[in-house]
Amino acid sequence: MVKQGAFTLILSYLVALVLMVMPMPGSFDIFRPDWVTLVLLYWVLALPHRVNIGTALVLGVLSDILLGSVLGVHALGMIVVTYFAARHFQRIRNFSLPQQAILIAFLILLKRMLVFQANVFIHDAEFTANYFWPALTSALFWLWLFPLLRKIRRRFGVN
Amino acid sequence: MKTLFVRGPSLLSRLVLALACSFLLMFIDHRLQAMQPVRLFLNSLVTPVQYLAILPEQILDNFSDSIKTQEQLAEENEQLRQQLLKQQGQLQQFRLLANENKRLRELLGSEQRVPNRRMVAEVIAVASEPFSQQLVINKGTLSGVYEGQAVLDNRGIIGQVQDVGSNTARVLLISDQSHAIPLRSERNDIRVLAQGTGEIGRLQLMFVPHSSELKEGDLLLSSGLGGVYPEGYPVAKIRKINRDESLPFAQVQADPVSALDRVRNVLLLWQNDDERQPIYEDQPDG
Repeated sequence: MVKQGAFTLILSYLVALVLMVMPMPGSFDIFRPDWVTLVLLYWVLALPHRVNIGTALVLGVLSDILLGSVLGVHALGMIVVTYFAARHFQRIRNFSLPQQAILIAFLILLKRMLVFQANVFIHDAEFTANYFWPALTSALFWLWLFPLLRKIRRRFGVN
Repeated sequence: MKTLFVRGPSLLSRLVLALACSFLLMFIDHRLQAMQPVRLFLNSLVTPVQYLAILPEQILDNFSDSIKTQEQLAEENEQLRQQLLKQQGQLQQFRLLANENKRLRELLGSEQRVPNRRMVAEVIAVASEPFSQQLVINKGTLSGVYEGQAVLDNRGIIGQVQDVGSNTARVLLISDQSHAIPLRSERNDIRVLAQGTGEIGRLQLMFVPHSSELKEGDLLLSSGLGGVYPEGYPVAKIRKINRDESLPFAQVQADPVSALDRVRNVLLLWQNDDERQPIYEDQPDG
């Protein structure tokens, strides 16, 4: 049986995955928001009993395949931030939108630090500061994405 | 009906389980290298995402193609015609030189160089994280693409095939952190090793002594020493040399000659004396 709104959920993940790999000019590329993590975190905060660590694992492995990294690297980062969001969803929901955005910046930063650290373990990756810009741009996009996804969720009755 | 207490395993146990899963995946994929079949399957699963991602770009391209005026097309055609003429002229000279070179090599009794076979492929996806700089192209095992194959664009070498699916292949760019390529300076044949930095359009030459005669602006060609890349293709140009004596080696930065962030069409190379050969669909385009 397909639960109500499953289609909407899957479509939002699909759009996020497409935005993640869409070709962009090099100078914008380093600022590309972390779409998949943003969408995932929104759904975790909105429906923490439906979207949580299992979804993070699946989306993480799909990101790994699309970005060509070792399987499990992005999954690791997403699982940890999802755990944090799902654990404290009631508190985070009561934050104002700008407060949430600041928290999102830290969560994306945490995810990227985990991915970086995993890459260091795997093949001695070198630190590149550019990898952490998306934490800021993701926070900015959260201000726009959160109301948008909330509208979509209410419109299509995803619960 | 939704009951209040049906929640499945607790959040913490899910976390532990999922973390164990991801570590296991990393171990199997990286240490044991045993995930190739799974990767092939997942790669074909996400292919629609990759095609969707380039759709807007293709539509824009088609649009800009269709609004070109006849005048513009005629002009472009004329330009291309002239270019072709010029290059055909050079090619005649090249044949002469190739023959001469062959005869001389015969006289010297040294091994002959064999020409390559080529195939054009299109880039269908980019993945540019600093830790994995890759392209996905639209040719795979069905076209005879193999792992470790050299990939070029119109200006020079861009990378090598990392893994192959039936219809797609993943190309590791020379700017990837885990990639290094043996090069040779065009001017004075000094051999160097260029490692990717994870920044697109930036390479770093390793183990260059301070006394080296390399200069800024030197063109670096592939040396063919690693056995992966054929010899003599342009790869990079030296951009900056920092001869700081307090460091063990000179810090040399080089820029790839091809614009790695703007590659649209690539060229796959096959050695003619190899048993692996390209499989053309209808007409050979190499």
